[in-house]
Parts: sequence; structure tokens; C-alpha cells
Amino acid sequence: MSGDQFTYVDVAAALVLVALALVLSWRQRLDLERDLLVASVRAFVQLTAIGFVIALILDADRGLWVLLMLAAMLTFAAFTAARNVRVVPGALWLMVVALGLASATTLGVMVVLGIIPTGARYVIPVGGMIIGNTMNVASVTALRIVQDAGAQRGRIEAALALGAEPRAAAHGIIRRAVRLAMVPVIDSTKTMGIVFLPGAMTGMILAGAPPLEAVRLQVVVMFMLIAATGLAATTVTWLMPSRLFTPHQQLRRFDT
Amino acid sequence: MTDDAHPPKLAVHELGVVARRGAEEGQRIVDAVSFFVIQGGVFTVVGPSGSGKSTLLRAVVRLIEPDAGRVLLDGRDVTALPVAELRRRVGLVFQRPAMFEGTVADNVLYGPRLRRECPERDGPEARDLAVPLLERVGLPADFAGKPADELSGGEAQRVALARALANRPEVLLLDEPTSSLDPTASRRIEELLAALAESTDLTFVFVTHDLHQARRIGDHGLLLVEGRVVEQGRLPGMLDDPAHDLTRLFATGRLSGRTGESLRDERPAAGAGPDDTGTLP
Repeated sequence: MSGDQFTYVDVAAALVLVALALVLSWRQRLDLERDLLVASVRAFVQLTAIGFVIALILDADRGLWVLLMLAAMLTFAAFTAARNVRVVPGALWLMVVALGLASATTLGVMVVLGIIPTGARYVIPVGGMIIGNTMNVASVTALRIVQDAGAQRGRIEAALALGAEPRAAAHGIIRRAVRLAMVPVIDSTKTMGIVFLPGAMTGMILAGAPPLEAVRLQVVVMFMLIAATGLAATTVTWLMPSRLFTPHQQLRRFDT
Repeated sequence: MTDDAHPPKLAVHELGVVARRGAEEGQRIVDAVSFFVIQGGVFTVVGPSGSGKSTLLRAVVRLIEPDAGRVLLDGRDVTALPVAELRRRVGLVFQRPAMFEGTVADNVLYGPRLRRECPERDGPEARDLAVPLLERVGLPADFAGKPADELSGGEAQRVALARALANRPEVLLLDEPTSSLDPTASRRIEELLAALAESTDLTFVFVTHDLHQARRIGDHGLLLVEGRVVEQGRLPGMLDDPAHDLTRLFATGRLSGRTGESLRDERPAAGAGPDDTGTLP
């Protein structure tokens, strides 16, 4: 690393680390060499490409471009999350609504309260963090609900047979799914600073910002992510029952 | 007894269910089944395993949507009722009932809580509601506080019965309630059901693969093989003097599983008379 700037030479030097992983994989016969290489190359290409796009958008700093960028990230995230639960009818729309609602609300509140300025430099990275995290939580919540709907079929049908409405019959599995999906977010919030130094803060410190300023940003980020992921998980639980059950209150079967 | 002015309590007309998945996809697993039960009556559905008995019961309460036919409760088509109301009035006790999380009392009071007829939390008031129901199914009062996941098969079956009774159903469908129990527990559940049938106005539909049990429990019934009604009528007569080869095979314990198709073509060997009484699996 030369001064405060990372160069492509630095990136190439870091490839030594990938090589180390490749050697380990080969020696241990893990058969991961190909995947490791592809992943490393993809990460470099994708991030470089997005770096140019962000640079362009930051230079232009036009509202429409920012919105388009956010929409593109959201669409990709929704596709990724929906792929995990493609057995559920309308999974893509469910994810678009869940991620869209959670991200728009959280980002909107941040901007309206003046926590972050409206400029592309702030909205795009913060929006990216929100969308990425809501994607993970929404995905785990939905997947867990679908899996439990299969595993707990006996209980759910016993509840239906006693006259429970679908939402009541699925209450237990929905509650467990949200708790499970939220655990990593809550745990990492609890252990923040002790177990690991989170990304946004690390980045700011590396970029030379005063540590306390970096800490304030990180606290804001954590609060924002709790709100966003909570909203996303809740939206998934609102939308799932109508997809798990038929209009006649019968539990669908899913091939997972 | 069942004219238009006095319709049967429960009537099933030409009910049909087509398999949606699996190896049997597209096949009729319940095919044009019809029967009725009068108020307070006990009707028995007998058949080998895999004959569509469970599917039939599930279709009656619309846990599976029937593909054909109608179900009438007091002469009214059940599709006119809200699904939850149908299931409140027609209870279904499963073969291996799943217990909900929590105590036995939580399980028994599940239905009343859905309708807000009982406090949400377990407490003296809730226990006062649960204990009489437990006593009806022969469980002592101190069972109310037991964790529901620690029950034996027979106990769970009793709790499932109490849970269904808590809904004050008009019809109770019982899907092989004793098949997963040991002989003693099975006998006791049977006695309990007989006592319930005696003491209440409740209408029962009892499903079993066990012929001897069918005869002990109900006097009217039908034999279901491969989703189709083979014979229907008064049970003792039907089983002692079968009008159909399949009934004879079943009565002699030589019909089990989904073997009817081959048996239908293959006429039973000579000597398969009623004296040749095998035991059922």
C-alpha cells in the first residue's frame, strides 16, 4: 500500500492470499480451486465495473440516476432473494415489495431527518448497505417459513382443523422464522466493537477519518440496519400466509 | 328418518379427490364416495391402508379441496359456510395428532382461544376450562400443566380428542385414532369413544383399517378400496356375509395396501370363505 491510496499493484499483491487459499484447497482435495478463482475474478470485475458506474453517477449527481441505480440494486437483490424461495408462488413480487418497502422507508427517514444528505455520494452507498442487508434477512425469513411449513405440516393442519385462520395456524413458524433471521443482526449489534470492527467504520478509519466520527457513522448504520431488516422481515411475514395457503385455507405443498 | 324436512347430520355425495402430485398424480384417490350419518349416529369407514380413507376425511373438512361431489351439513352445502366455521362444527382427529407447543391446557384450549372464549395465558381461569375437558377423555386434572411434547401416544390421542371436543363440534371425524397405539391403549380409547357416543348427541365418522374394531364401534359403514366404495350397509351383515369378493378378501385379511387393482382381475381362490378368518395386519 502506497500512502493512503490503493493501487492495482496492491490488488495484484493481495492475490498472493488467494493463491494461498488455492494451494490449501488443492492439498486438502477440497475441489474448490475453480470456485475460488471464479469468485475472485468475478469480485474484481464486478466491483471495478460498479466503481466506474458509481464514479459516473457521483460526478453527474443527478437525482434520476441515483434512483435508477437504487432501483437496479433492488431488482437484483429481489431476484437473488426470490431464487431461494422460488417454490412460493409470486416470490419475486413478494421480495420486491418487502425489500422496496423496507429500503424506501429507512432511506426516506434518514434523508428526511437529515441524518444523511441527499447527494449521490451518501444515498448510493447507504442504500446499497440497506438493500443488501434486507435481502439477507428477507431471504432467510421466507426460506425458513417455507421449510417449517413443510416440517410442521402436522401442527399447522391440526390448527386449521380446529378452525384456525391461516395466519393464526402459521403464527408459530412465522415467529420463529423472524427471530432466526434477525439473530445475526441483533448479535452483531450487541457485540459491535468487541468482537469485530464493522465495515463502514473500518472503511472510514482506513480512509483517514477521525475514529470517533467513524464510530458515530457506524452507530447510525447499525440503527438503520435494525430498522430496515426488521421492516423487511415483517413485510415478508405479512405477505407469506396468503402464499402458503389456498383461498380455502388449505396448506399448500412445496417441493423444497 | 332422512327426508327433506329432516336431513341427515352429515351427507357426502359422490365425493372425489384427484391426486395432485407423486406417483399417483392424476388418479382418483377418492372416487364418487357417498354416505350419510344421522344425528348422534356412528358411521364407520373401513379399508386397507392407502385406500383413501384419510383423504376422504380431509376432503370433508376441506383440508383438501374435493374435485367432485358435495358435502352437506344439516342439509346445507358446506361450501356455503366459512371454512373456519365448517372446521369448528366438524372436528377432525388425526391418526398421529401433532401437539402444539406449551402445556396440555394450551393444547386443549386452542380452539376456545381462537374465538376469544378463554384467557390467552395459562392460569386458574384457563385451568377451570381445561380440566373438565381432560376429565371427559379420562385424563387427571394435573395433566393440564404437563408439557404437551412429553405425552405418550395414547395420552396425546386423548389430548387431541379433548382439543377437538373443546370446539363443541357437531360431528367428529376420527382418522384411525388407535392405529399408532399399543393394544391396551387402543382398547381404552375405543371404550372412551363408545362412552362419548353414548353420552352425547355428537355424530361420529370413524375410520379404521381394523375390521374387528369397525364391528365393535359402529353398526353402519362402508368398505373403501382404492378410493371406491366396494360395499356399504350394516357392518355385521356386510362382513359376515359379503356380497363382494373384495369384501370377502378384506374380511379374511388378504387385502392390504393398494393391491385392489390386481385383485380385481384375479378372482379369489376357492375356499376363501368366512370361516377362513385371518388376522388383519
